[in-house]
Amino acid sequence: MHVDGIHDMGGTDGWGAVTIPPDEPVFAEPWEAKAFAFGALSARLSGQNLDAMRHAIDRQHPHDYLADGYYGRWLGCVETMLVDSGVLAPGAVVARARKLRGEDVSEPPDPEPNKPDYQPTAAGSIREVDSKPRFAPGDRVRTTPRAHAGHTRLPRYTRAHTGTVVAVRPAQVLPDTHAHFVAENAQHVYGVAFDSTELWGEGAESFTLTIDLYDDYLEPAR
Amino acid sequence: MTGGTRPHDYPDVALRAEALESLLVERGLIDPKVVDGLISRYENDVGPMNGAKVVAKAWTDPAYRRRLLADGTAAIAELGYTGPQGEHIVVLENGPAVHNVVVCTLCSCYPWPVLGLPPSWYKDPAYRSRIVREPRTVLAELGLALDETTDIKVWDSSSEVRYFVLPERPEGTEELDEEALAALVTRDAMVGVGKVPAP
Repeated sequence: MHVDGIHDMGGTDGWGAVTIPPDEPVFAEPWEAKAFAFGALSARLSGQNLDAMRHAIDRQHPHDYLADGYYGRWLGCVETMLVDSGVLAPGAVVARARKLRGEDVSEPPDPEPNKPDYQPTAAGSIREVDSKPRFAPGDRVRTTPRAHAGHTRLPRYTRAHTGTVVAVRPAQVLPDTHAHFVAENAQHVYGVAFDSTELWGEGAESFTLTIDLYDDYLEPAR
Repeated sequence: MTGGTRPHDYPDVALRAEALESLLVERGLIDPKVVDGLISRYENDVGPMNGAKVVAKAWTDPAYRRRLLADGTAAIAELGYTGPQGEHIVVLENGPAVHNVVVCTLCSCYPWPVLGLPPSWYKDPAYRSRIVREPRTVLAELGLALDETTDIKVWDSSSEVRYFVLPERPEGTEELDEEALAALVTRDAMVGVGKVPAP
């Protein structure tokens, strides 16, 4: 299973200049608007959740991820979620697309439903947790080098680095387990600030990078 | 476009979107009215004009500004802006000493209730890769040359917390009312890649 995929872009090289087009429409093409709407409905349609949706994007083939563009990725992840949950058969979307353009293709029969055995304990991602936060603003923390497979929200460029807690955020479900329907694993989340030289070495531009990290990603540091 | 693991005649995204829609409608899984309603909401009702009203109010109402910086979610909800991707909004104040800029390196996390759906550049590899590594250079390329003494803070949106930038009020706007101020506020200033231009 892909985990450290093309989506994890922070600090990677070679993408060129940032350009901001003036007067950009919300959706460049009608199909983008449709892909957005299907994406917004995908968790409901598949019995999955927002973290599973992100994971379905992160698992896309790097070529397809770039070639399909943003809403193409949404379209792809909706298809993945519906196939994984047994709502549509593998290949059903492509077969229908070929049929729509006049090809003589047979469409696969619908599969057995296979929605995950999972119910959220509340709406959204924020939860109350009983435990006290392990860290407080000012505490030094070190991020894990990350060994587990599957989804995560700990970007590569922030792994195995030392930073300072600057905020205790609302507790949230852990994407790493929630995306796989294992457990919500609600836990504290901290805003952690890193000096640019800690992330990028001496000679880096001077700035501070702050990122919200889940308790599981952190260990105390000196 | 071909390549990757797909055959050369793989249907393009537009056709696949049409195919998915026809499969879902045929099975009664989506209501075309719901789909159209969602699209219309984000094309017409939810966008940076909402955030601009928040900013203009904060510029003219000191008590509101304090509430906004203390609890962004609640202060933004006072103006009726709530919904998906706005569960917990943190407001970052820009000024001469500190310049905040927001990104999501892993995907496209963005405060929908105040800014709508993210623009293309926010989701593109160039911005997501570079703003966390050379923000001063990227901002300068975008026409925002910051003073060397200005501290740059970059915020990578990795959890369900969303960030919204309260830009600096430009000079020469003392006489303007809230509505006129809101008309000046740009989306880019509320992400931190620009400043609000003086009128």
